[in-house]
This record gives sequence, C-alpha cells and structure tokens, in this order.
Amino acid sequence: MGTILFLVVVVVLLLWLVGAYNGLVALKNQTVNAWKQIDVQLKRRHDLIPNLVNTVKGSMNFEKDTLDAVVSARSRAMQSGSGGGVKETAEAETALTGALGKLFVVMERYPDLKSSQNVRDLQEELSSTENKIAFARQFYNDTATNYNTRQQQFPTNLVAGLAKAEIAELWEIEDKAERAVPTVDLSLQKPQG
Amino acid sequence: MTAGLNLFEQQARNRRLTVAWMALFILFFAWLGFGGDFALYLAAAARTEGQVPYHFPWIGVVVTAIAAITAWVSWRKGPQQVLWSTGAREVTTPQSFEEKQFVDVVEEMAVATGLPKPKVYVIDDPDPNAFATGRDPASACIAATTGLLAILNREELQAVVAHEMGHVRNFDVRLMTLIAALVGVIVVLSNGMGRLLRGGGGRGLGLLGGRGRGKANGPLLAVAAVVFVLWVITLILAPFISRIMAMAVSRDRELLADATGAELTRNPGALASALEKIETHEAPTTHIKEGAAHLCIADPLGRDVNSKEGRLADLLATHPPMAVRITRLKGMAFQQIKAAGQLPTA
Repeated sequence: MGTILFLVVVVVLLLWLVGAYNGLVALKNQTVNAWKQIDVQLKRRHDLIPNLVNTVKGSMNFEKDTLDAVVSARSRAMQSGSGGGVKETAEAETALTGALGKLFVVMERYPDLKSSQNVRDLQEELSSTENKIAFARQFYNDTATNYNTRQQQFPTNLVAGLAKAEIAELWEIEDKAERAVPTVDLSLQKPQG
Repeated sequence: MTAGLNLFEQQARNRRLTVAWMALFILFFAWLGFGGDFALYLAAAARTEGQVPYHFPWIGVVVTAIAAITAWVSWRKGPQQVLWSTGAREVTTPQSFEEKQFVDVVEEMAVATGLPKPKVYVIDDPDPNAFATGRDPASACIAATTGLLAILNREELQAVVAHEMGHVRNFDVRLMTLIAALVGVIVVLSNGMGRLLRGGGGRGLGLLGGRGRGKANGPLLAVAAVVFVLWVITLILAPFISRIMAMAVSRDRELLADATGAELTRNPGALASALEKIETHEAPTTHIKEGAAHLCIADPLGRDVNSKEGRLADLLATHPPMAVRITRLKGMAFQQIKAAGQLPTA
C-alpha cells in the first residue's frame, strides 16, 4: 500500500514537472516570436521612410531640419535594431516615432502635398505600420508579462532554472512626449494605456 | 476591460459550448432517427406475439446518414457558402483608398491578436455592416460592406474590425459555423421528414391505427401512439427551437466581441461611435440574407426585435439591443478616461 502511494506521488510529481517545464518553454518561444513580430514591423517602417522622404522632399525643402531629423533617427534605429537589446531598440524607435510625428504635423501645412494621391497612400501605409508597431508592442508586452508571471509564480518558479527561463524585458515608452505627439491631427495613434 | 473572463476562459467556454451543442445534436438525432423506429417497433410488438416483424431501424439509419453527410458538407463549405450568398468578393489588391485602409486595419488587428491575417472580403452594398466567418483563426474571413467603409473613419473602422477579430480569436466563428451547419441539417431533415409523413405517412399511422387483427395489445399500442405523437411534435418544433438556441448563443457572443474589440484597440469609444453611425444608417442590408444574419455586427435585416428589450426580443433577436451595447462601451470609455486621470473637473 505504502509503495503504491509512493509511486503515485512520484508519477504525479513527474507529470507536473514535465507540464510546468513544457509550459515555460512554450511561453518563452511565444515571447521570442512576439518580439520577432515587432521586428518585422519596425523593418517595414525603416523601408518606407526613404520613400516618404523622397516624395515630400521637393515640395518642402525648406523644412530640411524636420526631414533630416527623420533620416538620422531612422539610421540610429536601424543600428540599434541590429544588435541592441530591448531597451536601446525601444529608445531609438521611440525617437523615430517622434520625428515622424513632427514630420506629419509639418506636412499638414502643405495642402498640395496632402491632397496628392501618392502622399496619401504613403501616409496611410506609414500610419498603418505605426499602428502595427504599437499593436505588436502591446502583444509582445502581454505575452512577456504572461511569461514573467508564470516563471515567478509558485510552484512553477522551482522549474524556472531548469527551463532556463529568464525575465523578459518589456517594451516601455520612456519618452513622455511621444505619447502626446501624433494624436492631434491624423487620428493615427490610439490613446496609450 | 474584459467582460470578467480572460481569453483562456473564453476559449474554454466556447469549447464547452461546442461540445454541448454536439452532444445535444447527437441526442436530438438519435431521437429524430430512432424515435420513429421505436414507435413503429412498439406498434408492431403490440400487434404480434413472439417474433416482432420489425427488424431494421430504417428511419434511424437513413436519418443518421443524411444528417452526417449534410452536417459535414456545411461544416466544410459553410464559410464559403455564406460569403458566396452575400456576393462578397475577396480583396487581394485594393482597388480604392477605402479598401486599402480596410486591408491595413485588418492587418493591424491580426498583429494585435498575434493571429494569422484573415482573408478580407468586400460586399457592394450601401448599408453599413460587417461579419466574420470561418472554422478557425487560420481559415477566418472578415467581410465588410462598401457602405461601412464609406461612413466610418479610420478609428471606427479599426474598432469594427477589432470586434470581428474578437469573434475570430474567441473561436466564435467556429462555434457559429458549427451551429449554422447543425441548425441547417435539422431544418432540412424536419422539412424532408414532414413531407415523407404527409406523403407516405399512411404506413406509419396505419401501423399505429387499430387496423390490426383484433388481438392487439392495448396498453402497448397506446404507448406507441404517445411516442409517435411526441416524435412528430419534435419534428415540427425542431427548426424553431434550434434557431432560438442559436440566437441565444449569438447574442451572448456579440457582447463579448464588443468587449474583446475594445480590449484590442484600447479604444472602446471608437466602437461606440461606429455602432451609433451604423444604427442611424440602419436599413436592411439587401445582400445579407437570413442565413448570415447572426454573424453580422448589426442585424442586417433591420428587424424591430433587435432594438427592444423584453422576453420576446430575448428569444428572437440575434443581437442585443444597440442601446445596451453602446451604453456598455461608453461605460468602458469612461472608465478608461477616469483611470488615465483625464476627467475634466466640473
């Protein structure tokens, strides 16, 4: 009787161990994948910016500062994207979002530019990409929070070392100004939070 | 911000509902198929002694075969049939700015849910409406009328697509496709068997009737008659009951999808204003027939029951009253503003 009870306990423990371990691994991969999805959208934005800049350059060459800010923010974001951690990438991309927001605000002053079909399409493309970045970030943060909570909770935390689980860094918006920038004119950005 | 249950619980709930529906359906079928056989068997047994001259449950076997085939076909083909019946065309390369925006917004919501991007369809109809269908997130389709694309701004369109994406993510599309398939089978069977009974019904009734050879077992014959009458009643009421049940499920899922949509965009106010716009434009969506009504964001048939509260409306409407939905969303929007500390001080 005692042996059977002991065996049952061992089997249950083993099953739990396997379940908890696999659960953590699955969550870890989901988190990595969610991060990759942000990357896809960020890359898309990097690819779109030269197009936009070239299109608007002719009509607004005296706004050179704004355009330059966008271009340099883009190259910085691309640099930190290829090798930087969550924090650096987040900072550089936030700066890029801010610079783009300013460009959009400035573009409002050029009715010809705004009514051009080409610019309108590009702007829709970019604002959609901005939204996708925001949603991908939201999804990444949700997934990562899930993963973090799981590996910290008892009793799963006992297996966390075995599954090589580490706390995933959340993508936080550092720059307070970024929250306010593009909301006004284009209704592209949903209210944060 | 969610309606009290998290995503996992929602999906689990839908899975339970799916299983419950399947079980109910199978039971219903066993009764519809073998109940008739049972009545006939009892009748035959009442009339003879020893060997009962009723060996093969032919009604049951035939009904089961027809039901299984029909259900399987409509489960596989249901989503395409729905899209086909509404005249929806798939948008692969957007033809206009509105279509481009629609495709973009669907992509955004796919990113927000972490699901594959559903196929995008447009219906050429001036009345604003939208629906989602499919068997699972991978095969999901989202359709909107040109009227919807025309009257909503980007944020409102996003909110409506988020609502539809909520249906996809919560596996509502699977449940609704399944229910549509099952209800369809019940209706077909009920109609078909009703016709058979009227046409060649003489045989069944004759067996039950007193035209025996005088040595019939009275009580057993009475039981057979009761079973038979019950069987006929179920046959007649089945389509009605199954539709009412489908509508109850549909109403429940609509409120939930509103909540999920708000959770995805973090912008419940936009969905509220989209619903307001849809409601003021309310006119029958001529391209969407009754078969797809329960899938839509707003009742396409413009029926009065959907705007009323009360028992009858509770039974017959496919959607909760618009006012209730809008009020709930505005409540969420208010909570959001309050939490952000942006309430104007009076």
